[in-house]
Amino acid sequence: MIKGFCYIMLFYVLGEMVSLLIGKLIPGSVCGMILLFLALTLRWIRPRDVDKAASALTRNMALFFVPASIGLMHEYKILMSNWVVLLTVSVVTTLLVIVVVGLTEEHLDRKLSRRKGGVEQ
Amino acid sequence: MNTIFSSTPFILLLVLGSYLAGCKLQQKKHIAIFHPLLVAMVLIIGLLTLLDIDYDTFCAGSSFISFLLGPSVVALGYALYEQIEQIRGKEIPVLTAVFAGGIVGIVSVIAICRIMGVDEAITSSLQPKSVTIPIAISLSEHSHGIPSLTAVIVFGCGLLGGIIGPAVLDRCHVNSRVARGLALGSAAHGLGTARAIELGAVEGAISGLAIGLMGVITSLLIPLCESIMR
Repeated sequence: MIKGFCYIMLFYVLGEMVSLLIGKLIPGSVCGMILLFLALTLRWIRPRDVDKAASALTRNMALFFVPASIGLMHEYKILMSNWVVLLTVSVVTTLLVIVVVGLTEEHLDRKLSRRKGGVEQ
Repeated sequence: MNTIFSSTPFILLLVLGSYLAGCKLQQKKHIAIFHPLLVAMVLIIGLLTLLDIDYDTFCAGSSFISFLLGPSVVALGYALYEQIEQIRGKEIPVLTAVFAGGIVGIVSVIAICRIMGVDEAITSSLQPKSVTIPIAISLSEHSHGIPSLTAVIVFGCGLLGGIIGPAVLDRCHVNSRVARGLALGSAAHGLGTARAIELGAVEGAISGLAIGLMGVITSLLIPLCESIMR
């Protein structure tokens, strides 16, 4: 477990370094996530070295963003005075994303498997 | 007594206790709105007001828990690695679809915010609205948004996507299980996945993968869209 946390912190630090190198375009934690994924895929580290620590962190992730959400206490005025925009954006864009992702995947999948089927025949 | 209420152990107890209460409530009542996050928010804000603890004291006391948000985002890399197997042979359609969804999501947020004329800070808070909350908070903080506003909006979008998602997909005649799971996870993160699991195991698994993919792709697209549209 300690080894796992050690790896996760290592990738967090590496992620922060990459984030600095690319001019802070992407947060360090997200860079760390991508690096950890790559290291596992390229077999630089073994899954069982990090699995316990990673699961411990991701299983109760909602707890870790409770403090950040409490900031709403200070920002609720923004929520109140902009509710029309917030509601419009939430509804419209959520619908758009669902439709675009669903239709694109189904369409492409059908097209590609048809083409593959054609070659095999 | 005031010094006790302002102490780090008390604030940590407050956060952990409220979250635990939220988890218990959700186990008893299976309603999406009783999410541990929302229950904990209401309890904590109520108690902070009641006990007259100011926000800065709360932040200082709970910084230990907030810090763990970073490592847990890194740990998502492992979750993504575990789930990527699900799409062997379907990499191109899946990645293209999430990519398209990511672009449409961000561009539509920026466009609506421009048309309705709101603050940059609000636009930045809304951009990551289809991403799982920990990544969304990091992205919002990073582009000078308001993390707490992001958390609430992301939660709301997840709730909405989970509730109306399947009906919307029916109406658009999206019938493949992979496409349905992917759409739910991409638009409504964890709450979409919870719904996708109800639809079936394939939908649930793909939806879980979609959360990670959408997180990575949105993180890469936000700086790109920002530089093009501004």
